[in-house]
Amino acid sequence: MRVFAALREVIDQEELEVELPSGTTVTGLWERLVSDEARLEPFGAALQFAVNHDFVSKETELQPDDEVAFLPPVSGG
Amino acid sequence: MFEIVDDILDLRTLAQGIASDGDGAIATFSGIVRGTNKGKRVLFLEYEAYPEMAVKMMERIGEEVKANWGLESLRIQHRIGRLNVGETSVVIVVSSPHRDDSFAACQYAINRLKRIVPIWKKEVFEDGEVWVEGPVETVDMP
Repeated sequence: MRVFAALREVIDQEELEVELPSGTTVTGLWERLVSDEARLEPFGAALQFAVNHDFVSKETELQPDDEVAFLPPVSGG
Repeated sequence: MFEIVDDILDLRTLAQGIASDGDGAIATFSGIVRGTNKGKRVLFLEYEAYPEMAVKMMERIGEEVKANWGLESLRIQHRIGRLNVGETSVVIVVSSPHRDDSFAACQYAINRLKRIVPIWKKEVFEDGEVWVEGPVETVDMP
């Protein structure tokens, strides 16, 4: 799992490995993170999600070895 | 060519050899760090990327430019790390047989980059710092 920008600063880590029950969705993982770290909660509304470097919907079920990323609204350029 | 780099960007180098025989135009774009935002003086910016995905999304923009204008020449480099006011954060170059397509494709590429390429910037002011958040948008074709 990868996190960036403001999220990275809250968690104070860029990369985490997590073990999840099969069938866990992207949003399920997010909820688990929020339950561990309540300061993440305000970021939820605007987040985008990626699995293996492609944007996905929050309902996407995670597979073993997937790289999931939580992305705040991008602001490059 | 689509790259995330942590060094100074050079538009001239990126444009080198881009035009093929049938091309009559090259359009370029440079994004630079603005020294003020909403009336506040910016000291510097910190850019961060999800590099693997950023390159993949820039490649996608290249495919969209090919689909829309038939151009395969698009090149983009985005710099990350600490950038001072006036420094170049992004360079885009594209060539085409006629100028209209280069202008259009170049503008499309920077607009698209700002929406789908996972790069973030933090503005650092004298009295604080803030992560800039762009508009949230889907990745579909406009």
